Amino acid sequence: MSRLTQAVVLLLFGGAVLRASLTDLYLRYVKEGLRPFLIGAGLLLVATGLMTLWHSLRAPGTPSPAAGTEPDDGHGHSHEPRVGWLLILPVLGLLLVAPPALGSFAAGKSGSVAAPAAESDYPPLPAGDPASLSLLDYASRALFDDGRSLTGRTLRMTGFITPGADGSPMLARIVLTCCAADGRPIKVGLTGRPPLEAAANTWVEVTGVYSTERAKDPVNDVDVAYFEVRNWQEIAQPKQPYA
Amino acid sequence: MTANRLDAEEIDWTPAAVGPPPPAPPPAPARPRRIGSLEILAAALVLLVVFRGPLAGLVAGERLQTWTTVFVSVLVQAVPFLVFGVVLSAVIAVFVPRSFWARALPRHPALAVPAAGLAGVVLPGCECGSVPIAGSLIRRGVTPAAALAFLLAAPAINPIVLTATAVAFPGNPEMVVARGGASLVVAVAMGWLWLRIGRTDWIRLPHRPDLDGESKAQAFWAACRHDVMHAGGYLVLGAAAAATINVVVPASWLQSVADNHVLSILALATLAVLLSICSEADAFVAASLSQFSLTSRLVFLVVGPMVDLKLIAMQAGTFGRRFVVRFAPTTFAAAILVGAGVGAVLL
Repeated sequence: MSRLTQAVVLLLFGGAVLRASLTDLYLRYVKEGLRPFLIGAGLLLVATGLMTLWHSLRAPGTPSPAAGTEPDDGHGHSHEPRVGWLLILPVLGLLLVAPPALGSFAAGKSGSVAAPAAESDYPPLPAGDPASLSLLDYASRALFDDGRSLTGRTLRMTGFITPGADGSPMLARIVLTCCAADGRPIKVGLTGRPPLEAAANTWVEVTGVYSTERAKDPVNDVDVAYFEVRNWQEIAQPKQPYA
Repeated sequence: MTANRLDAEEIDWTPAAVGPPPPAPPPAPARPRRIGSLEILAAALVLLVVFRGPLAGLVAGERLQTWTTVFVSVLVQAVPFLVFGVVLSAVIAVFVPRSFWARALPRHPALAVPAAGLAGVVLPGCECGSVPIAGSLIRRGVTPAAALAFLLAAPAINPIVLTATAVAFPGNPEMVVARGGASLVVAVAMGWLWLRIGRTDWIRLPHRPDLDGESKAQAFWAACRHDVMHAGGYLVLGAAAAATINVVVPASWLQSVADNHVLSILALATLAVLLSICSEADAFVAASLSQFSLTSRLVFLVVGPMVDLKLIAMQAGTFGRRFVVRFAPTTFAAAILVGAGVGAVLL
């Protein structure tokens, strides 16, 4: 691979990273906090590409005296890293394919996250009727506090539909700690009037109340809480798809 | 004058792809013009853009789509660490004089190993960054044993990773101590082992254009370019392998081995290698594997930052295959033994 080609690949790679981090695309793959570092890395990649371009155009074929193998244009037996060609793959992935955020397939494959047990008493729910809360918060309050802080309130949660082991719809959201590779689902079972007609991967907003029903996720034996649905509506995928 | 040179180059590049007879530009020696990498790249890009529709259609299946998502996200997550690691290693290669390392590290190699291992504390990052840095250290005359101790220790014992571990195991603060201690012990032990039986000719650093004859700025950018292309390419390989494992291996397999003490340790050690999760995230994954014993999860945390598919690919690229086939399995065994031992005492 000639230096000029490497410059082009570097520019493409840096450009793809910059494009993903300047738009909301990166949120499908990593946490929001990584954004400044992604922009910095993208800028450095572009700078490296530009400097390579500049040096190879200004001084083409400067033979390095000691090495003698440094090719001026990539012909002959180049010691330039051939494996660098693979960097085109992430460029393709980010610019042409831009795969969607993890969804129902990933949620069905892994067991539900074990909801975190609170250290102390649960704080009261946020104001509002219905009160909005996250799936993780709901599962934690339901499983470790027997729903004490939930009873008597109408609740609202958002997530996507994923079929449970018996095929009935569950509400899920992928929890990220770093990037989508470590994404694990938090799943909540649905009773009452569950959105039976919503296809897997549909994003929904459900309103309803606490349910005492429990089950085990067959994949990893983790307790799964249930939610009694009164109402639901389809919504667009939120900007931040992960929990 | 510069403009003239540029013009000459443009004439050199453009017609070459079309016409086989070399127009022989004045400064360059006559050479047979074949299809160069730039032409291949251009053709590939044109094809990809033209066939964009069918290509995107190929990735329509759920499994393949999840693979692509995981592949892209492993890379996106690793890119900042890779780039900053590469820049730091270029700074080491170009701006830090060789004599600095002789002064900074203890003269005796056996003492330099633990010193280098502890130095890993100050480098907050994950494993992708430390591979090019360790390569750069060896190039600058640091004894390989010390550079390897640094390579193994840095991703595991830096403050960010230990904080993440503390957050992931709120009820078990001893997990942080166990992880830091076990990782440092493995790193130093591997360094000393290298001093005893390691052979320099196992390590083959990739040919890098000689930097000494060029201006500092030029050398710096050349080192950056080379390392990004090199380590980045291997990172792509590793990310593809990790994505494959992520999609192919069903999580229910793990459930069946969780109850056996020895099997669970081996299973999680293997899982750490296969999953290739960034060391800053692996504690949270370990926390979610709640059906496993704390000791087996400690082994997962000790093995992961030292041996995984992504690292093996990157180390093969930086230090050579002969090195990796010896180093990776030995580190793997050492990490399991030390992790299990420390777990038995502390957890």
